[in-house]
Amino acid sequence: MKDAEIIAPALETDNVSCVFNVSQGFMKGTKPLRAINGVSLQVPKGEVVGLVGESGCGKSTLANVLLGLQAPTTGDVRYSGTSAAGFSRKDVARRIQPIFQDPYSSLNPTKTIRSIVSQPLRIHNVGDPSEWDAKVDEMLDIVGLPSRSANNYPSQMSGGQRQRVAIARALIMRPEIVICDEPTSALDVSVQSQILNLLQDLKDELGLTYLLISHNLAVVEHLADRVAVMYLGRIVEEGPADKVFANPRHPYTKALLESVLTPDPKLGVPETHLGAVFPNPIDPPSGCSFHPRCVACMDICKSKAPRPISSEGHMAECHLMEGDAQ
Amino acid sequence: MSETVLEVENLTVDIPIASGMLHPVRGISFSVQKGETLCIVGESGCGKSLTSLAMMGLLPKTAQRRTDKLLFRGEEIGDLPERQMSKLRGGAMSMIFQEPMTSLNPAYTIGDQLMEAFRRHVTRDRAVARDRAVYLLEKVGISSAASRLSQYPHQLSGGLRQRVMIAMALMCEPELIIADEPTTALDVTIQAQILHLLAELQDEFDMGLILITHDLGVVARIADKVQVMYAGRTVEEGPVNAIFEEPAHPYTQGLLRCIPVPGKTKRGERLGSVPGIVPNLVGDLEGCMFRNRCPHATAECDTAGEQLAKLSSGDHAHACIRSLADRAAIDASSTKAAE
Ligand SMILES: Nc1ncnc2c1ncn2[C@@H]1O[C@H](COP(=O)(O)OP(=O)(O)OP(=O)(O)O)[C@@H](O)[C@H]1O
Ligand SMILES: Nc1ncnc2c1ncn2[C@@H]1O[C@H](COP(=O)(O)OP(=O)(O)OP(=O)(O)O)[C@@H](O)[C@H]1O
Ligand SMILES: [Mg+2]
Ligand SMILES: [Mg+2]
Repeated sequence: MKDAEIIAPALETDNVSCVFNVSQGFMKGTKPLRAINGVSLQVPKGEVVGLVGESGCGKSTLANVLLGLQAPTTGDVRYSGTSAAGFSRKDVARRIQPIFQDPYSSLNPTKTIRSIVSQPLRIHNVGDPSEWDAKVDEMLDIVGLPSRSANNYPSQMSGGQRQRVAIARALIMRPEIVICDEPTSALDVSVQSQILNLLQDLKDELGLTYLLISHNLAVVEHLADRVAVMYLGRIVEEGPADKVFANPRHPYTKALLESVLTPDPKLGVPETHLGAVFPNPIDPPSGCSFHPRCVACMDICKSKAPRPISSEGHMAECHLMEGDAQ
Repeated sequence: MSETVLEVENLTVDIPIASGMLHPVRGISFSVQKGETLCIVGESGCGKSLTSLAMMGLLPKTAQRRTDKLLFRGEEIGDLPERQMSKLRGGAMSMIFQEPMTSLNPAYTIGDQLMEAFRRHVTRDRAVARDRAVYLLEKVGISSAASRLSQYPHQLSGGLRQRVMIAMALMCEPELIIADEPTTALDVTIQAQILHLLAELQDEFDMGLILITHDLGVVARIADKVQVMYAGRTVEEGPVNAIFEEPAHPYTQGLLRCIPVPGKTKRGERLGSVPGIVPNLVGDLEGCMFRNRCPHATAECDTAGEQLAKLSSGDHAHACIRSLADRAAIDASSTKAAE
């Protein structure tokens, strides 16, 4: 049992699906929307796993499932090998803390920054209340906010300043796992670099584990040990970051990497070659769900869903990998 | 011949707060031509959103705006009554807001919200408005657009909400779009598609575009000219090539060192940064506001150094009392002294 615990990933999902029932309009009833569809993902302890993919493909939904904020419709979530079903809300919150995408709606507008940052300490009654103020000041300093801002309200701060507040709040509990959902997309690059350096330092110092959801592939490439690429509710490619970035196997991953905009004014905006057939999670395409947009689409892709194929710890779900092509 | 859509001269915003008068925008000037793209970049909190809200007449109630000029299509709009401003906003001049959740009303379906301005400005005909809404939702990459019309904002992912905002801004074929971080919540393939769409509309309608973004990759690829802001001022402005190839202000130079560039920065390596924090902009301010973070600062910077001065090449200007050559000389002599 001990051994299993040592090698068990900090965070793991086993064939998790999450279905929402979406209204089709007045008097038209509802239809199921499969926001995540059979996702098995492992986040090894002490590593950074980057999760990338199209907007709306289910990344935040997966994050919510991992945080215990959203119950999976089917499948299982495990923390260090133990099923999440055995954990109370509070146990989960002390282990995993989120940093959310939207710093505007995630901060309570009626509370001061001091109160927002110290909230996890109050809820979980951590340490001596007389030390809370000092902890808040320390955290604000770490994320680069002046201590005078402790008495401000979120509405008096810019987007980037608010995201620093959200990060301070997540880290004040010194959690083991941090789920960062677009942690730096509202930040200017000078703060982004500070925050990325900070996340990196805290990881090394405290042995933190991160699931890093980001549209900024340069950021993911910079921080992540492993990368998972999601498309329409499924993980279509997963592997060591250097391999995935150097040698993408799935055509969607290739398109994604080709769309990265490096800061070179001599270049324009690249063509994505993905076509305009956007996927609809309510009515997903037959066979491989990527086939209507795929440059390498074959006949089999329209009828048969590809299965995951791994080699050298690098998985992709694509018929091109299967030798079914011939 | 190029025609100016928007011209702003010496825009100032002051906000009274508990500790005194805050000066978040301190004399900004710029202009946008038809079909042109101006990108504004700068530290979070430097006043980019307030600058754009000021142009749209949407500042918070307590804020005070002053301008020497605020011309839209050559006409002064600084003193227009709110009723006429609101007419302009929904129609000829539109804005994509930084925070989709606060600017979408959670109580109405996205269909109603998309069609509202169009039915006010263009035609009351519901079917026409609906067709245009569906057309634009498809253009910004939203599938089964017709069925999305009946959804509420909270049922959409962050990226879908942002695309709804973009579609909403395009409903009435505006002549000027001010987009505040329009693609930050989007994945790079959709970002590329939306940037193509904006370029296409710019060609078609000669639309002027002001884009506020932290993404220097986007700036490099689509800007005609760039304005770098720091602490409420413009510290550098110029054509996009000049900004990326010969950045002149120490802040711009620092910014360009902060971003991880695949292939250039090593994985896990520490990124460059601009150490220090933005000064408090409350009360009387003097000297260069960047001096507390500037590696080249000297005593002179306490009193001077915020006026834009042209650099040798035409439209490129920066706000530093020293030329590039002077700074290099000072740095060289100070390293010698240190040895
Ligand atoms: N409460 C809900 N009710 C109905 N549908 C939902 C709900 N939450 C999410 N969805 C749908 O589930 C899908 C996945 O959404 P999710 O927010 O996980 O995407 P995402 O990958 O995080 O996207 P983004 O990159 O834009 O943030 C979307 O189609 C979204 O519209
Ligand atoms: N209603 C307000 N009352 C007081 N201060 C405000 C108000 N709105 C903004 N500020 C302050 O004005 C400054 C400029 O804010 P603004 O939102 O324009 O920044 P920004 O450049 O858009 O930043 P970001 O890149 O983070 O969005 C910030 O320091 C902010 O705290
Ligand atoms: Mg999301
Ligand atoms: Mg802003």
